[in-house]
Amino acid sequence: MSINFRLNGREVEVDVPPGRRLLNLLREDLGLTGTKEGCGEGECGACTVLVDGRPRLACLTAAIQVEGKEVLTVEGLSAGGKLHPMQEALIKAAGVQCGFCTPGFVMAAYALLSENPHPTRQEVREFLSGNLCRCTGYEGIVEAVLLAAKYLRGDPSRVTPDGKTP
Amino acid sequence: MDEITQAPTRIVGGSASRLDAAAKVTGQARYADDLSFPGMLYVKVIRSDRPHARVTALDLSRVEAHPQVVCVVTPGDIPGENVVPIIYRDMPLLAEGRVRYVGEPLALLAARTPEAAEEAARLARVTYEDLPAVLDPLEAIREGAPQVAVPQAAEAGNIFNHMVIRKGDVGQGFSQADVVVEGEYRVGYQEHAYLEPQGVIAVPEEGGMAIYGTLQCPYYVQNAVAAVLGLPLSKVRVVQTATGGGFGGKEDVPSQLAALAAVVAAKSGRPTKLVYDRAEDIISTSKRHPGVIRYRTGAKRDGTLVAVEVEFYYNAGAYQTLSSAVLWRGLVHAPGPYRIPNVKVDAYSVATNTVPCGAFRGFGSPQVIFAHESQMDELANRLGMDPLELRKKNALREGDETATGQRLTESVGLLAAIERARELSDWENLRREAEEFNRRERFRRRGVGVSTVMYGVGMGAKAPLLDKAGAYVKLEADGSVTVAVGNTEMGQGAITVLGQIAAEALGVRLSDVQLAPVDTSRVPDSGPTVASRTTTVAGAAVLDAASQLRARVEAAAREFFGSQRVEIADGKVWPKDRPRDAKPLSEVARWMWAHNWDLGATGWAQGAPVDWDPKTGQGNAYFVYAYACHIAEVEVDLLTGETHVTRFWAVHDSGKIVNPALARGQVAGGIAQGIGYALMEELRSEDGRIVAPSFTGYHIPTAMDVPGQYVIEFVEAPYSGGPYGAKGLGEVPLMAAHAAVANALSRATGGRLREYPAIPERVLGLVRGER
Ligand code: FES
Ligand code: FES
Repeated sequence: MSINFRLNGREVEVDVPPGRRLLNLLREDLGLTGTKEGCGEGECGACTVLVDGRPRLACLTAAIQVEGKEVLTVEGLSAGGKLHPMQEALIKAAGVQCGFCTPGFVMAAYALLSENPHPTRQEVREFLSGNLCRCTGYEGIVEAVLLAAKYLRGDPSRVTPDGKTP
Repeated sequence: MDEITQAPTRIVGGSASRLDAAAKVTGQARYADDLSFPGMLYVKVIRSDRPHARVTALDLSRVEAHPQVVCVVTPGDIPGENVVPIIYRDMPLLAEGRVRYVGEPLALLAARTPEAAEEAARLARVTYEDLPAVLDPLEAIREGAPQVAVPQAAEAGNIFNHMVIRKGDVGQGFSQADVVVEGEYRVGYQEHAYLEPQGVIAVPEEGGMAIYGTLQCPYYVQNAVAAVLGLPLSKVRVVQTATGGGFGGKEDVPSQLAALAAVVAAKSGRPTKLVYDRAEDIISTSKRHPGVIRYRTGAKRDGTLVAVEVEFYYNAGAYQTLSSAVLWRGLVHAPGPYRIPNVKVDAYSVATNTVPCGAFRGFGSPQVIFAHESQMDELANRLGMDPLELRKKNALREGDETATGQRLTESVGLLAAIERARELSDWENLRREAEEFNRRERFRRRGVGVSTVMYGVGMGAKAPLLDKAGAYVKLEADGSVTVAVGNTEMGQGAITVLGQIAAEALGVRLSDVQLAPVDTSRVPDSGPTVASRTTTVAGAAVLDAASQLRARVEAAAREFFGSQRVEIADGKVWPKDRPRDAKPLSEVARWMWAHNWDLGATGWAQGAPVDWDPKTGQGNAYFVYAYACHIAEVEVDLLTGETHVTRFWAVHDSGKIVNPALARGQVAGGIAQGIGYALMEELRSEDGRIVAPSFTGYHIPTAMDVPGQYVIEFVEAPYSGGPYGAKGLGEVPLMAAHAAVANALSRATGGRLREYPAIPERVLGLVRGER
């Protein structure tokens, strides 16, 4: 069947067979491979995308469920070539190692910061506890979210990775 | 150290951002499953579901009849040898007539879609005649146990390898001891749980085969694919894709995946993709060896160690794979980082009807470290000594001899690490606070624990032939720099660190440097990316190449400026006496290119000599060692048995730290894996079958299971054989962390943890005083 939705700000219309997961629709049919499959069973968060602004696991979401909705993937965050503050912060705070969990964390953190611009360290840890990372021990990721929160609030202490203040 | 490594550094020692970070945060980095090729087929492995059986019939007619299936492969279709060559050649690519573990590959199919491949695999009909299976290493060495090991690969029966250390005379040593402690320690599997599962794509090309995949050791893969296809190495090309974590799990296993995909690609003539889902990955790939470690330690009343006797058994699984190397590292590391005059170690790796175990960060050492660090605490308790003091008293120093009789001549930062960890944690107060807390609280207990470890950097005397590295550094005509090595980036930060070394040595900015993608046809062989060796060995090769190239650029610049002496830094070149005439390096590079200068340089490095006598286990086991001291504070809920690590301090000596931010990330990640190993990670199996192969069944730490922050520092005892004084780091944090957590937990409960992981039932047992 054919479905319509907005993907990273653009209308798309695609044919999907019944039972197709949103994850396969994004990765295989639409070529957006930034969203990762770490488990396929809703346990790792690597496939996190935003559907109408809320974090959703693309491996547990049927493609047809996004009919008429707004889907945001990691590719949509840096559209236009400029990194989103969350992405900048992950680089600055060394919150990336192998990077396989990274897109999922970027999207989950984006959702957290849009509903709570002033999260505490504890709130960040709790919110992100559905996303697994095997490399970092989470320290750099949690730091990055706190840093991104500062960036997004336009904190004067904001420093971009190239050392300039915007 | 030569001149270049003694001068103050500009880039080495700085926390540059990762070279691959932007690609990773934007989702542009391409991992194995992100790639596809025209006409690509999807491979599915048909596997044994018996731990030990004769295969009396393999009926694939219904698989072949599936409309989406394009190709089916059985052993007869393998053009070369039916083997996955690793250290031994006992493991077949596809089992013929007999299976030795649940999950062993029997046949392959390729279909047009992954869904069809999955469906078709279920149509295979295998008829088995079950054989008695043995799953436990202690049972497998009993007389009359079923024979699992392929006899040519085993020393005796199911004993793949037996290795020893004999130093001094333990009988005499123990007779001089005032106290002796003794214990048996048990550990189960640890699963790598890299977030990206295993995956490869085989692509036939011009009489040969290209392999793309998530992997650590491209040359191992090249070797395996050449063997199964019967091709010369020159016709097999291995390209590493972005790799979503390895931790040792992508050391040897990708050789198996690549060889499986390659035989299907060869038969079908089409690109074939083999990507495991999480369950298949957990069931069929390597893990940390389960083990039983019996340990006895003797000391004088003042805490001086006089004798250590260890006997340990690792469950290797059905085939050798890397077990002999894992066992050897376990053997050398079993006595710990201490001065001990009398040592006797007997190490055994044993074949059982279980999935082959392999490399995992620490490589056979975490198991014995659990034992030696528990023993040190048990000894401290018996002597009424501060456990940190006891370690300090016995810690190896420069000039000391290790248990293998190796004289440590330089770069021994262990005491400095212990001292710094004590200061940072405010050790005495920390212990006092915990005691006060325990007096105050009814249902919660705190404990503080310490661990110290040493780590032999590189392959060591077990495989010195692999401790070499080539590198190629090229100045492009516009002043940018390309660095090519065969070592892989799997998250640990290798390419950034190697780029920093090249930039430092050449006098360019890190942003001018690009690491070439790893493709065995285009980069020099720099050996496997294992054993925390990349910074030290490949780094030295990069330094060698970059230094040669710098000398050439300086010669050219002298001509260019007509000056006797020139300086190069930050991508600029100038005559020493006329700094105002500085030119961007790009101008000199352009001039060199136009005047036909050779702009490329090849570097080479090999580890300093090592030696080993297998009869006595004496020798210079590794060319240098790294050290660490970790301190953990845990809190135990006496009602639920749940344990949380509340605070953590880690101090490491890995020589010069090339990139402190990345090094810190390695340590934090290793601590988390160590917490998982000690407290949470349990992979259950029943009758040789892994049950619940998923992240629901196997819990790894989340952001809530680790302390909010870690205190991490480095004491840098430079190593003259490493680039800028660097030694290895990657594996050490995990090795130290779990033992500090285990000791803290024992302290909190007043019991003694002798089996990992400390899941709540076990902790409640300790609280009730059952062990
Ligand atoms: S792939 Fe969706 S949660 Fe793991
Ligand atoms: S960076 Fe590797 S899993 Fe998070």
